[in-house]
This record gives sequence, structure tokens and C-alpha cells, in this order.
Amino acid sequence: MEEEWIPKITLFCCNWCSYAGSDDAGVGRKQQPPTTRTIRVMCSGRTDPAFVLAALLEGSDAVLFTGCHIGDCHYISGNYKAKKKFEMLKEVVDELGLEDERLQLQWISASEGSEFAAYINKVTEEIEAIGPSPLRQEWMK
Amino acid sequence: MERVGSVLVVGGGVGGIQASLDLADSGFKVYLIDHRPSIGGGMAQLDKTFPTCDCSLCIESPKLVEASRHPNIDVLGYTELISVEGEAGNFIAKINKKSRYVDVDICNGCGACTAKCPVKGIPSEFDEGIGERRAIYIPFSQAVPNKATIDVEHCLVFTIGRNCKGCRKACTLDAIKLDMEDEEVDLRVGAVLFATGAVPYDPSDLTQYSPEHPDVLTAMQFERLMCANGPTGGHIKRLSDGEDPKRIAFIQCVGSRTPKKDIEYCSAVCCNYATKEAIITKEHSRDVDISIFYMDYRACGKGFEEFYKRGKEEYGINYIRSRASEVYQSNGNLVVKYEDLDEAQIKEEEFDMVILSVGLSQPKRTQDLLRKIGVNLNEFGMVETVMNHPVETNVPGIFVCGTAQGPKDIPETVAQSSGAAGKIGSLLSDARNTLTVKKELPPEKDVTGEEPRIGVFVCHCGINIGGVVDVPAVVEYVKTLPNVVYAADQPYTCSDDGNKQIFDKIHEFDLNRVVVAACTPRTHEPLFQATCAEAGLNPFLFEFANIREHCSWIHMDEKELATQKAKEVVRMSVAKARLLEPLERGEIPVNQKALVIGGGISGMSAALDLAAGGFPVCLVERSGELGGLLKHVTALPRGKDPRDILNETIKKVEENDLINVYLNSEVTSVSGSVGNFTAKILSHGKEDEIDFGVAILATGGDEFKPDGYYGYDGKRVITQLELEKIIDEIEANTIVMIQCVGSREEEPPRTYCSKICCTEAVKNAIRIKERNPKTEVFILYKDVRTYGINELLYRDARDKGVIFIRYTDEQKPVVNEYVEVYDEFIGQEIKIKPDLVVLSTPMVPNEDNDAVGKMFKVPLAPSNFFLEAHVKLRPVDFATDGVYLCGLAHGPKPIDECIAQASAAAGRASIPLSAGKVIAEAIVASVDEEKCVGCGVCEDKCAYLAVSIEDGKATVNRAMCKGCGTCVTACPTGAMEQLHFKNDQILAQVKHAFAW
Ligand code: FES
Repeated sequence: MEEEWIPKITLFCCNWCSYAGSDDAGVGRKQQPPTTRTIRVMCSGRTDPAFVLAALLEGSDAVLFTGCHIGDCHYISGNYKAKKKFEMLKEVVDELGLEDERLQLQWISASEGSEFAAYINKVTEEIEAIGPSPLRQEWMK
Repeated sequence: MERVGSVLVVGGGVGGIQASLDLADSGFKVYLIDHRPSIGGGMAQLDKTFPTCDCSLCIESPKLVEASRHPNIDVLGYTELISVEGEAGNFIAKINKKSRYVDVDICNGCGACTAKCPVKGIPSEFDEGIGERRAIYIPFSQAVPNKATIDVEHCLVFTIGRNCKGCRKACTLDAIKLDMEDEEVDLRVGAVLFATGAVPYDPSDLTQYSPEHPDVLTAMQFERLMCANGPTGGHIKRLSDGEDPKRIAFIQCVGSRTPKKDIEYCSAVCCNYATKEAIITKEHSRDVDISIFYMDYRACGKGFEEFYKRGKEEYGINYIRSRASEVYQSNGNLVVKYEDLDEAQIKEEEFDMVILSVGLSQPKRTQDLLRKIGVNLNEFGMVETVMNHPVETNVPGIFVCGTAQGPKDIPETVAQSSGAAGKIGSLLSDARNTLTVKKELPPEKDVTGEEPRIGVFVCHCGINIGGVVDVPAVVEYVKTLPNVVYAADQPYTCSDDGNKQIFDKIHEFDLNRVVVAACTPRTHEPLFQATCAEAGLNPFLFEFANIREHCSWIHMDEKELATQKAKEVVRMSVAKARLLEPLERGEIPVNQKALVIGGGISGMSAALDLAAGGFPVCLVERSGELGGLLKHVTALPRGKDPRDILNETIKKVEENDLINVYLNSEVTSVSGSVGNFTAKILSHGKEDEIDFGVAILATGGDEFKPDGYYGYDGKRVITQLELEKIIDEIEANTIVMIQCVGSREEEPPRTYCSKICCTEAVKNAIRIKERNPKTEVFILYKDVRTYGINELLYRDARDKGVIFIRYTDEQKPVVNEYVEVYDEFIGQEIKIKPDLVVLSTPMVPNEDNDAVGKMFKVPLAPSNFFLEAHVKLRPVDFATDGVYLCGLAHGPKPIDECIAQASAAAGRASIPLSAGKVIAEAIVASVDEEKCVGCGVCEDKCAYLAVSIEDGKATVNRAMCKGCGTCVTACPTGAMEQLHFKNDQILAQVKHAFAW
């Protein structure tokens, strides 16, 4: 099992920017490791802390909050609210004794396919470096 | 005479698209043609847009898709207009559908053919010649229609008769038809709209700038270089040697403001796009040095002055007031030779790259066509219009919008497009809904209480998915998932055949949920949802799994892991599908009456347009008479008397039975939302209540009274509007005008440029000179901002002897008995003894805006003008549905732009009015009253004020909710849910994300 391990990353994307940016990466054939599973929400403001915690408890090695750049949210200010949620969750994740890399926030516009791919590559490397989530190992027992 | 309920829109740039959407949404059949293979126009080529640096294609592409999918818009790419005959209401337009040699009904845009074409290195038109394409190509990945086209000038079959089969072999659909021919078609239409656009000026004859040098690019080429989907993937580098440039120069006014006959005008957009490109370059790499060589910086538009300031202060861009005369090569670098206008010196400076900020010019082919049809053009080839009819040509029934009518930016283009659509709507209002189609759907199957029966369709997408992902293995895996009663693979799910399969299987297997595993929901979800609806399944019982963009295309070398991922991605979608619920797209009835606030030229024009469309209007004016600010203007640039226009308009309003004018009145409260508003109007001490479905805010503005500036006293020191009153009587030897008094200030509210004061001053200076050439007129300015064809007035004023002296903020003029000003150019203090000093002060917003904004729940910008829904693409809408704005309420602008916006606002408002209903968002928040404790957190979180607490419970106004789900996330008790993105639905995806 250990040898085959590759990071499992749950990725929340908003419909209007980061999901579109991820599409753009695909259209541009920007290669990425197959480590992410995407959940599309209409706005990053919908990314519920409960989903994030569930993903971590279900054994995701990392969870990524993504959305439109500040100022670009399709619903005016959903991403500001997402950012607040994220900051609050950061503390929870800290409490759980998880590394910083396991919960991240990144704004990606609809045309930033290259940036999107670079980001997924970077996160994957980071998670590879720190290994599987301890929560997941507990869960595996 | 019978009028035809269809419209031909020529030109598929953002203007043509917007007009088509507006027309189709208000009951007309639209043919949208473009001679290029795809619609999208120049905006599709841009990386970003000023002044917000929004990604251009991201905001335009949803409109492309919307147009292509609209049941009443025929998008005809690669099609030319040949002739137009007939009369307003009934034309025959002959078009030529050029052969693409690809059957567009079969081609699905997969691009396999392009990869196999052996002819490489053809300069790509979309990339402005700095990128390459093949002989069979799709211009860009979001092209609409997304179809391949063979370029016969380069294809080996056509050029040398070689039996090359590259593309034909690659195309598994057999879409390539080399024997295809052009096809001429006659269209019967009620009106024709020219949205033909302008093109970047071709600088190849301006050899002094070395335009042939690979590191000398036009701004549009540079735009492609910056863009992520451009030839370098957004990497800004020199095309000569691939090095990253460290010093970049922008040269302004290349191909505009040049005393060469056809390019005398100012192109109005170049200063701002140069700043935008400079800022974005700085964002790519902070240590690039950027200099912009300009004559006058023209930040004429909402937010542009502030943008310019950011360029200077935040990004450290060097703005050099100068005239650049030459660009030459020296030791592999480029030298810009220029006259520094502040220091009156000739200088040279070296750069790694030079960008020519070229102007907008009118394509020759369009000019010829327009002339042939009988449309009058001005000396520059732009369609001629008159002040009070900015979107109408001289030929009744033929309209114009956008840069075909003169240089302008995107929002102004969009406003004109909506304006033209509105005007056409009024012209053809009897024929509304006569040629449009509405799809009849079968009754919806009731699935409540049924066990989920899921059908899964996995697409090979040719080899796009199937070449990487083992599709049959995915299908086998999916079959093992609970509730999946049918699973199969398909070559192309999106094809007609693929959709037919879905339709059939829904019936055959009694499916009540459908999952398609293919490309992205952002483009294809509506298609499959429509198929479900046609089969009697609620469209919200459909779920997508993206295994192309998010899988096969990005894991091309990891087939096994990609297959594993595809299985899991489909598993997630199946998990969500199990929990999907049918949703209602409710309809909200619309009261077909309008309220217009403000009786100036904008408000009156909007009211007249609405009335022409047959809709009753209440026009509320605070003062005792109609006319607004324009009453005080006594001449327009180029001689006309605005009072004629104004009186004519007032008369039409007063005589119109559908317009009910309330003078000395104000709106005191407003309730309701789109379709059903109620307002109280206080009129002569008594309150009236009116109902209406939409509202237009045309609250206007006023001239800033410069108390405390330059000894303003209203007698010897006056404002431009005060000058208008006495201009025909003044006896003066010397007059000094001072520009930017009270505008372009450091702190809000008046940080903006008022756009019209330079033209106003120049116009009045000419009037004075024409009355008495002996009167000396001085204009003290910071930048002369006579944008567009007003540039000619500036030239005229100089020719007539008006003296322009530049001052800076550091050394402002001093007004006493004398006016003292430091002239940098000659390096001397100048003393003038004027008889009259005229201060050019900005337009300021109506003081009521704050109160009106609060009543309608619409925002104000820091300047206290209203803030529109989107500065680029929705210039006359508010984010709040059913409320629109126009004229000075939006920001300072000249009369023709006010009138165009008024028509636009009326046109946009006519969409819900003519439909008589609006479709409510289906994916909205909903409240479980049992769980709700009325804490109000949701109310605070809603950016659209759609949630309120009533009787201790949260209530969602479905007409206002946009369905972002932010309130749902905030709800501490779990009482709020976002339909289609419910907590349990998303949690199911989370749980099934990874199979162990
Ligand atoms: S829509 Fe993307 S963050 Fe709100």
C-alpha cells in the first residue's frame, strides 16, 4: 500500500473562475499529476467547513479552496466570505495537528490554466513531501 | 406595410453578440453573421480589459455560448453580406456562406484534423500574425461555432492538387467535404444592424517606427503575447531571440492624431489599453521598466483617470509627454527618438521592445459594402449618425453600433448595441414573436418517491478521452455501482446521435437520473439537460462528470491512473445523481409598465423609446420642467443648437399618451422586485402610489460650482455653463479658460476626469473666435482630452489661433488681476491680463443618488455616480434585476452617449417588459422553517439582499436570489439549503471522491 500511495487531494472549485481555469488547463493540455478530485460549487462562498472536515476525515491528504480572484467573484463577494471560512478552518486544522499544506486557498481566474496546472503540481509535491494524512492512517486502521 | 420579425446583425464582435442576444430575448429571430470563422471579434483576442483587468475571454465567452445556443439566433460564421434591398421593416439581405470544406453539422470541433495537417507555419489571424496555425484550423479553443475551416490558400489539395489525406484520415466523423461550395442565401429581415467594428491600424507604412522589426509589435500583437492562450502561452518575450525584455516602450497615437488625411482623429482607447498592457506586464514581472510616450493622456471614461494614476503611482510606469518620431535599431536593441515636450528637447532612449499603440481604423471592405447599400460614411469611413440618433444611419431600418460608428471602448459599444436593439425592437414591435420558436416539451415525469434509476453515458470523444482513459473499463466499473441500471460508452455523446441514445435509453430503461461522463459542464450541461427535458425528465436530474478537461487531457502519459481517476470522477457524479431532486424554474409575471426617474434628455429619450415599444411610462422629474442640464447648453460641437433637439424631445414626451409626466415630484419609497415594484411619489404635497415592472434611473447631474477655486465669483470668473449663457454678448479682448478645475483631484469624490470639459472648452473657444477673431483665447490645460473625432475641433481651435498652455499640478495657475502660469515648454512664467476667466468644472452626480440608490438597493461608486452591474459588459444594468441606468447618472458623458445609453436602458428594460415574465433562477437558496431560528446570519451574508427575516424566519426572495450558496454555508442550524448543491449532495461527492 505504502509504495502505491499518491496524494489524494479534494479540490473545491467555483463554477465561474477556478473550475473554468481548470478547464482551461485541460484545453491547453497542461499536464498535472492525477491527484485531485474536483467538486464544483457555484461560488467559493459555498465551500462549507463541514465539507472540508468531511474530506479530511474521509482520508483526503489535502483540501484546496479555490475561487475567483478577489474582486472578480461572480456573486460580488462570495470569495471574501470563503476567505474568512478558510481562515477559521486553518485554526481547526492546526488543532487537529495537521500540517499547513493540507488546507490551502488559491484564487484562479478562468484564463489561468497554466497557473492552475503549476499550482496542482506544486501542491502535489508538497503533499508528497509530507506524506499521507495522519487522519487517513488512523482511518485505515 | 407588413413588418418582418427578424433582424440581420452583421459582425459578431461583442457589440453584435450583445445586440443579437437582446433582440432574440425580446421576441425577434436573429441572423448573426461574421466573415471570420468564429464570432468573438477583437474582444476575444484581448488578454484583459481596462480598467478592471478582467480576463477578456472569460467575460465574453459565456456570451458566445449563449448566442450559439439561443433557439432564436442563427450564428453564421464564415459568412459575408453581399447586398441589402428593400425598406425599413422589410429587407432582403443576400448573404454568402463561404465554404469551410467541413460539414459544420457533423464537425464537433475535436481538433484531430488540425494536428494531422502537414502545412504548418501559417500566420494565425487570431494571433495577429505572431502565432501559427495549420491549413485546417479552429481559430481559438473557445471558438463559436467550434468548427474546423480549411484555408484553401494554403491547403495542399487546393494549392498544388496533392492528394493529401492528413485531415480526412484524422477525422473519424467524415466531416471534411472537399467538394463543398459557397452558398448564397436570401434572408428576409425587418432591420439590419451593422456591428462591423474597426480594426487595429496597420502600421506597415509608418516605416519611421521600424514596424517590420520582430520586437516592434502592435498593441494587439502584444495583447496576444501576454495572453495565456497566445503563441507563447502568456510568456512575454522578445520574438527575435526569446529573451525576457527588461525595458519596454509604448508609443501612443500611431495611426491616429496624425495630420495624414484619414487618421486625423483620436482613437479614444489607446491611452487606456497602453496603461492596461503596461500594468499587466508589470504584474508578470515587476522589474521590467516601462515607458509610455504620449502627447496627451486621455483617460476619458469611468474609472480611467484612477486607473492612469494607479499605473503611475502603484506600478511605477514612466509616462513621458513627448512626440516619438523614430524607432531605429542599434546593436540588437531598439532606440526611440523623441521630443520631450516638457523639456523641449530631442532625446533618445534604448529599449528591448517597442509597442506601437495603433489606432482603430475602418476596414475597407466594410466601407465599400456600406456605401453600396447607401449608408453615409464620414471622411474617415465611419458610419455617420446625428447627435440625437446615435445608432441610426441615414437609411431607415439600417442601424449601427460600436466602433463602426467611431472609435470607442467596450462598454460604450455594448451600450450602443443594446440601444440599437431597443430601437429595432420599437420599429418592429408589431412583429414581435412572429418568427421566434419556442420548444414544446412533453409533460414532466413525476419521480418523487422513486428509487433512483441511473443511466450513465461515457464519452470517448474520439480519441480525446478514449485515447488515454480505458473507457470500456470505466463503463464496466460504473455498472457495479448501486442504482446504475444502464451504462454504455459512446463515440461522441454530444453528437445528435449521442443525444438520441440518451433520449431512447431514458424511455427504454425508465431512467430517472442521467449522468454523462465527457467534457465540461460549463459548455455542455445545457445541451444534455435539454435532451433530458425533451425526454420528459426534469433537467436537474442530470449530472456531469468531467473526464476530459479534468482527466484525459491533463494526464496524457498516465493512462492507468487516468482511468482510475475517471472511474472515481464518475462515481462521485453517480453519488450526487442519486440524491438529485427535480427543480422548478419558476416564472415571475412582469407588470408591463416602467418608471423613469429624471426628466433630462436621457430620461426623456428612455421614456420615448419605451413608449415607442408600446409600454406605459411614469416619468418623474424633481424640478418644475423637463429638459435637465441640456437646457443650459447653447451650442453643440460642430454648430448645432441643442435646444432644437431638446424642445423637439420635450414636445414628443408631452404629446405621448403612454408617458405620464410627474413634475415637481420625487420618489419617496420603493418596494418589490423585478416585475412587481411599487413606489410612492410625492407630488405637490400629496402622495401617489404607482406600480411598475422595471425602473430606469436617469437622475442626471450638474455642473460643479467651483466656490473657492481661482476666485470664482460668477462675474469675472465664471464656469463654462455660465459662459454658454452670455457667449453671444461678451465683449472681451482676452479670455482665459482653465481646465480640470475641481476634477482629477487627489481625494474622492472628484478623482475622475469629467470627459467632456476639454471638448466643451474647445468648442466655446471656437465660438468666441468665430464671433470675433481678435479676441485672444488661452486654454490652460493638463491634457487636452478631445477624444474621438473631437480631435478635429482641437486642431480647428489651434488653427483659429486659440493658445494652449499646459500647467501641472505642482504649478497650478494663479488668478488675480492677472493670470500667471508657468509654461514648461518655453520654460517661462507667463502673465495674461484677461477680461474673463472661464473655469472648466466637472459634471457632478445628482445629490439624490444616495437616496434613490438606497430605495432601489443599487450601489454608488466612490464618485457618487451609480455603479453598474459590470463596467464592461453590463453598462446600463444594475446587479439588481429590473433596474437600469443611463446618462449622467452613470458618469459624465456627452449628449450622444447619453442618448445611446438611454436607448440601451430602454432596450434592456424592454426584454422583461415584452416577455411579460422573467424566469426565476432554479438553483436558489431555500429555508427549512422547522430548523430556522431567525438568527439573520444569512441575511447579512447575501450580497443581493434576497434574504430577509420575516416573522422570525428567513425568507428567500426567489426573484432576487442568484444561487451562490453563500448564505447556506453561513447558516449555523442547517436550515438553509442551496438547491442542486445541497449539503448531502456535496457530502456524497466528498465521500466518493477516492476509492481505496
Ligand atoms: S463565483 Fe468564483 S468565487 Fe464566487
